[in-house]
Amino acid sequence: MWFSTADRRLTRVLGWLAALGLVAGLAMGFCIAPREVTQGNVQRIMYLHVPTAWVAYLAFMIVLVASVVYLFTRSVAADRLAQASAEAGVVFTGVTIAAGSIWGKPTWGIWWTWDARLTSVAVLFVMYLGYLLLREMIDDRERAARYCAVLGIVAALDVPLVHLSVFWWRTLHQPPSVMTPGPVSLPSAMLAALLVNVLAFTLLYTYFVAKRLSSLRREHEAIA
Amino acid sequence: MRFARRAWIMAWKDLTVEGRSKETLNSLFFFALLLIFLFQFALGPDRERLTAALPGLLWLGFILSGLLGLGRTFVGERDNDCWDGLRLAPGDKSAIYVGKLAGNLLLMLAVETIFLLLFELFFDLDLVAALPGLALVVGLGTLGLAAVGTLFAAMTAHVRARELLFPVLLLPVEVPVLLGTVKATEAVLLGEPLGAVAHWLKLLVAADVIYVAIGVLTFDVVLDG
Repeated sequence: MWFSTADRRLTRVLGWLAALGLVAGLAMGFCIAPREVTQGNVQRIMYLHVPTAWVAYLAFMIVLVASVVYLFTRSVAADRLAQASAEAGVVFTGVTIAAGSIWGKPTWGIWWTWDARLTSVAVLFVMYLGYLLLREMIDDRERAARYCAVLGIVAALDVPLVHLSVFWWRTLHQPPSVMTPGPVSLPSAMLAALLVNVLAFTLLYTYFVAKRLSSLRREHEAIA
Repeated sequence: MRFARRAWIMAWKDLTVEGRSKETLNSLFFFALLLIFLFQFALGPDRERLTAALPGLLWLGFILSGLLGLGRTFVGERDNDCWDGLRLAPGDKSAIYVGKLAGNLLLMLAVETIFLLLFELFFDLDLVAALPGLALVVGLGTLGLAAVGTLFAAMTAHVRARELLFPVLLLPVEVPVLLGTVKATEAVLLGEPLGAVAHWLKLLVAADVIYVAIGVLTFDVVLDG
């Protein structure tokens, strides 16, 4: 299999790179990026919030691709990738929502609001929690792989519909007041800190997936 | 032609079984009646509050009865060990999906008609004027609901805790359909022209096309791999 000793070493390197990136990201977010004038230090949550949101979408995109590949090739590796990526995606979506909430409390004065973007991310979260639940509930691994591949495709194709509908639902109801991000021009130090963090979290996601892939492979070998 | 015929046989079989036993339809009729009671208890006698909440209540009723009805799509096959019969049926398996979907659609439309009549009766509403627009919205929404519901019912038929899992999987996926139908129903009941909610209707059509396409393309995989 392609996940042998050499790959294990690669995974370890990936882990250290991710750790390094996260430390660099923290340093940049806290020391180099300037303090935002109106929001103060709370704004620095953005360096966690935006990267995790990006990684969550990336993860679900990969679930879609792996699901389609699985249905065509029936390759067990593709199914494992879908599972690993969905698990990581749910974790990162959860972190995104939690971080957004922590930012929202001091900024808006509330933990949660039924804003378009919050709602659609919440729907996404619940949808992929269902995906993990379905996998958990099926004992036969081959059947679990098939059903989850179908659900992975349904969920991913549903995402644009959810976004659009929730957006219309909110904007036609009341104009968005707080969260309309106009053409925001970030100072370059902030942008740099954000990009470093995006890179670091993408590496972290890749590391999680690689680790989970090898544990799933061993799990399957032990059962077989 | 062969495809349509096989789909028709599937739908005819389901409708005949339902016509003879009336299991699902009878239970759903009483369920609808009970939901009307619950809505009344929850909202109280205030008419204005009811009118404001009406589109949401209507679709809440549709989706709750849909969860019960659609979840039973493959119960007959499972309980009577006919699942292998479905798998062994010759030809394209998506015909089975289309047939099941057609049967579900008819069943749900029947339940929704009952619902509308009950609403009209118990809440003294006049839905006749809004009927053409309402029929369009209800048709589009029900197709979206039934398309994913039929697929997921097949998926959860052999899963632990399926009664629980079916709504948990279906509800988040149906968020666009629910938002669209509630908004469009609201407009129709207020007497607005359909053009005012054209974007919602387009979204519903798009959702229907996507859901039915996924169902047709993946049902084969769900049935037997």
